[in-house]
Amino acid sequence: MKRSHFLQPLFYSILIAYAIITLFPFAWALSASFKPLAEIVEGGMHLIPQHFTWENYQHIFTASPLFGRWLFNSVLVAVFITSFNLLFNSMAGYALARIHFPGNNLIFALILAVLMVPGQITLIPTFLILKSLGWLNTYQGLIVPSVVNATFIFMMRQFFINFPKELEEAAALDGLNRWQTFWQIVLPLAKPALAAQAIFVFMGAWNNFLMPLMILSDPAMFTLPLGLNTFKGQYISYWNYIMAASMVFTLPALAIYAFFNRYFIHSVTFTGGK
Amino acid sequence: MFKSLIKSQQRQEAFSGYLFMFPTLLILGVFLVLPILFSIFLATHRVQILGEVSYRFVGLRNLTRSTADPRVGIALRNTLEYVLIVVPVQTILALALALILDLKIRGKSWFRVIFFMPTVTSAAVLTLIFMWIYNSNGLLNNLLEKVGLPTYNWLGDPNVALKSIMIMNIWSTAPFFMVIYLAALQDIPTYLYEAAKLDGANEMDRLWNITLPLLKPVTFFIVVMGIIGTFQLFDQSYIFSGGSGGPNNATLTFVLLIYQYAFKNLDIGYAAALALVLALIIMLVTAIQRRLFKDEKAN
Repeated sequence: MKRSHFLQPLFYSILIAYAIITLFPFAWALSASFKPLAEIVEGGMHLIPQHFTWENYQHIFTASPLFGRWLFNSVLVAVFITSFNLLFNSMAGYALARIHFPGNNLIFALILAVLMVPGQITLIPTFLILKSLGWLNTYQGLIVPSVVNATFIFMMRQFFINFPKELEEAAALDGLNRWQTFWQIVLPLAKPALAAQAIFVFMGAWNNFLMPLMILSDPAMFTLPLGLNTFKGQYISYWNYIMAASMVFTLPALAIYAFFNRYFIHSVTFTGGK
Repeated sequence: MFKSLIKSQQRQEAFSGYLFMFPTLLILGVFLVLPILFSIFLATHRVQILGEVSYRFVGLRNLTRSTADPRVGIALRNTLEYVLIVVPVQTILALALALILDLKIRGKSWFRVIFFMPTVTSAAVLTLIFMWIYNSNGLLNNLLEKVGLPTYNWLGDPNVALKSIMIMNIWSTAPFFMVIYLAALQDIPTYLYEAAKLDGANEMDRLWNITLPLLKPVTFFIVVMGIIGTFQLFDQSYIFSGGSGGPNNATLTFVLLIYQYAFKNLDIGYAAALALVLALIIMLVTAIQRRLFKDEKAN
């Protein structure tokens, strides 16, 4: 351990340098979102805006009437996808871990197999299926295909397998059926696993680009990532507006991350480690 | 009577099992299993999608067509170059950061929170921020100029554009893998290090003979995840090039090519065949990797 003492300053400088490299693009974008365009174009390197302004934020919400709608669409879609995932993945994970029914093992094997199939295969067929359902440019088209997730079914199964059985047996003695036990006993005790899952699913839905790009053509139905992309086309060199819009998109995700950070890191180790 | 009671209980249990599985089976069936089968069908057909949808069987013609398609070659080369550079660099960077953070470092959790930020930010936003920083008179060129390094046309030069995306991707993905390494490092029992110390092993010996060998399974996982992720590169190159894969096809990746054929040219059958090829490549690489890592273990 003496050696690492001797190298400690080097390690700290590496970490601090990397932290700066990580933070700087965010800080730079945030600062640009409060600068007038002239100051950005001028190319000075001030991180603190010299002429601080809210105008960029006002502009994107007023001059681009769809921006508010995109924000609404994104929130709606992400919230629905997250809620359904929490419910359905937990139900499936619980059934696979605890309920004996014919085909249990087969379904579990299927879910493991599904985890290994690269997503691109399903892309085009999913588009055609949604088209024939008449679900292009709809909320259900965005939401329904994503309401379950094999990764998190697997994760919930592992979680429930290590769950103390005694509580459920006591509940059964009290006359609760499976469904009541699940709602009243099992789910409340699964909160940490649900929190981790919620964050990951929410982030995935919030940041998803390819799926909305594929099935949405009506700008009023766009989610923020798509909206942002057309925004870029419209305001090609108005980096002040583009950065303000990017910040509106990013800050909710960063806030959620900062708030749930503990669960977040934990669940990475959960899905990754072994 | 007792027997029938058990029977009915079993039936009830089975019933609730299916009830609990029902949403999952329905959704995975319609949006995963069905699409997988459907994609094989599509890949062997010529699909007319405008107006009335119609299919005409063409056998393997979509596949043979891809071997003569110069854009497939370009996309494949770009994607391979991307994988071969990004995966090793991000893995080594993740490992180095994790090894440092695993030491007795003050403010450890702060570093972790900061490093992880790009992982939770959408690729769309990161790409826009970087495009702006890469701008020919943008921040990066300004900085390079200040310290006397050469500047580049990061967005417009075909020789550089793909590297711009690589830098951005390594920057945003390495911390995610770092967290996984950190978790694995915590699982290495300390008595191994203590025993090695008693045997007179110095820190370098311990790193080479204990830490790195024990990290092998995690490294396998990280390399596989990295390969799968980089093969699927889409968002960044789409936004970066406005969907074109330019400049001069320099950022045309395989998934972007599939997207273009399917949704720009409406050449659905051909695009499905390409998607199938990509999936097979990814599964093959993963399988080879597993083999390699197993062999090393046996030695």
